[in-house]
Amino acid sequence: MSGENDGILTGAHFLDGDHACAEGAIAAGCNFVAGYPITPSTEVVERLAWRFPSTGGTFIQMEDEIASSIAIQGAVWAGAKAMTVSSGPGISLMMEHIGLAAMAEVPCVFVNVQRGGPSTGLPTLPAQADMMQARWGSHGDYEVIALVPNSPQECFDLIIHAFNLSEQYRVPVLFMMDEVIGHMTEKVVVPPRDQIKVTPRRYTKLPPGEYEPYRAGDDLVPDFAKAGDGHRFHITGLTHNERGYPVMNAECQEQLVCRLVDKIRNNVEQISFFHEDDLADADVVVVTYGISSRVSMRAIREARKKGIKVGHLRLVVVWPFPEEYIRRLAKRIEAFVVPEINLGQVVLEVERCTAGACDVISIQHAGGAVHRPQTIYDAIVEAVR
Amino acid sequence: MSTMPAVENPVERFLRTDRMPHIWCPGCGIGTTVSCFARAVEECVSDLDELIIVSGIGCTGRVAGYLEFDSFHTTHGRAIPFATGLKLANPQLKVVVYSGDGDLIAIGGNHFIHAARRNADITVICVNNFNYAMTGGQIGPTTPLDAVGTTSPYGVCERPFNLPFLAESCGAVYVARWTAYHVRQMTRAMCEAMNKRGFSFVEVITPCPTLYERRNRLGSGLDRMQWFKENSVIKNGVDTRECDIAFQQKIVCGKFVDVDRPSLLEMVEAKMASVLHRRRWERMSREQQKPIAMRPMKG
Repeated sequence: MSGENDGILTGAHFLDGDHACAEGAIAAGCNFVAGYPITPSTEVVERLAWRFPSTGGTFIQMEDEIASSIAIQGAVWAGAKAMTVSSGPGISLMMEHIGLAAMAEVPCVFVNVQRGGPSTGLPTLPAQADMMQARWGSHGDYEVIALVPNSPQECFDLIIHAFNLSEQYRVPVLFMMDEVIGHMTEKVVVPPRDQIKVTPRRYTKLPPGEYEPYRAGDDLVPDFAKAGDGHRFHITGLTHNERGYPVMNAECQEQLVCRLVDKIRNNVEQISFFHEDDLADADVVVVTYGISSRVSMRAIREARKKGIKVGHLRLVVVWPFPEEYIRRLAKRIEAFVVPEINLGQVVLEVERCTAGACDVISIQHAGGAVHRPQTIYDAIVEAVR
Repeated sequence: MSTMPAVENPVERFLRTDRMPHIWCPGCGIGTTVSCFARAVEECVSDLDELIIVSGIGCTGRVAGYLEFDSFHTTHGRAIPFATGLKLANPQLKVVVYSGDGDLIAIGGNHFIHAARRNADITVICVNNFNYAMTGGQIGPTTPLDAVGTTSPYGVCERPFNLPFLAESCGAVYVARWTAYHVRQMTRAMCEAMNKRGFSFVEVITPCPTLYERRNRLGSGLDRMQWFKENSVIKNGVDTRECDIAFQQKIVCGKFVDVDRPSLLEMVEAKMASVLHRRRWERMSREQQKPIAMRPMKG
């Protein structure tokens, strides 16, 4: 631990994904975490409970996930950078507060180390079956951002990106790890402080009396003010006007909800983040995210050796979905192959955007393990036959 | 015709007058508690910018929106954990949770007992009108045995919570109960509660003439105030086990608990100082632990 570097552990380490996520959060400036123990995410909060006192952060173990998911929002309004960490059943309990964070525009991060479901499911084994829940889990129309890392290094790098996006767009960001990534130990390089890009919160420059908490400019993202600074603002989960006051009518509802959705939808290209590999001549594109991308690499390599023109598109930001990009890609290939550890979730988006322009093959897995590379290889071969 | 000289309402400067009229019914007791709270703030809080109001959902949940402080109207039952996070992240703030019995004790009951257990540095004001009023008069965990509500048309069959006993047994350092009739005592209790470090709790029994009183044939809001006047028994310091509320029986009021126990922030501070011995921690603590600017109540 180096105190002169704000507690950032600059250097090379051997860390699992959960611990790397905790270190990344510290590097991102996170100084408040509330959580509740749940496998396979517990190591994230254990590490923060140990590390936070020396980095100036506060960790509190709350009485349940519902409390955790709103304690962090109280902390954000007090000026903290905050996140909570959980898995399947705990994330289900947090859904109402993901909606509150979207509605009240609270920048915060929800880490979901995915495990098999539904219900208690497979606490110690992986799945990617919460992807649609991440997008649609809370009631009403809203948009969030969801990132999916595929290594401990990315757990570190991308949790920083997650905090930055939450500040830039004032949305809850979901960080969709899984049991394998969380418990996989690899080399993690922590850069020096000055090489870590941290987006500061955009506080209002208006004096008390002039500030309105939900008056947004061209980017549709209102400036923030924290409690105690004299603005005497009101924040509610009810439909509200620019002053933050409740207004119960269809006009205000449309104005507010459309802005909440548009501030993300208008920026899909800027938010989108994916890796392309061998797409130039590809007939088949394997669309992956998270741990499934690493299993797919083997299958893709073998297929290329056999002369099959197969490319790899790895989504890092899954929500918002890169619709236009997939739509364009679909017009020049023969098939998408979509392996995911669920019974067909993100593949629905691929199909929707493809709209029949090419084949879409879903490689499903009910959870509890990762795919066998052979299964994906077979699907690639099938796709070009 | 002579005109009266314009006299400003003494609590108007604490209210969002641009949000009036409020949603509360004629005869409702919530407005009375807000008026008392505003007077308590006037008497006892020196830096109004540092006072934060957090409410849940329901009729009393709307209090946050009418008080001109930084205010948060959160989700149903979750005002307490929101307030806990807010206070931990900025110990300088004075955080008051202001909500109803259904919100705080039914859906939020788990948070209530845990905040009291950990002695979180917040004040909780619970307006108890014996029913869920916003949704039309359903029974809740405070509705007295045998009273009727829309979801218990033949009378309640469950024993209600005794809130002062619940709060004390879970660790609250300040516990008081008054009715909407006891405006001076209520104001003083709110002031004392806000001056306390740790988890302080004030229960206020109020009329809900539109629903609870009407369905139980207890008369108007005014009738109910008269009833509170005649049927309240002030027993300061009484054992909170004697504070049960039975249908149309005497209501025990008073200040029941006022003890000192290290608060959550003080416990964390002491633990970290003793375990970590870091200059960094000490510097940070000095910045965070500036005393809260409060004044004792006059008189």
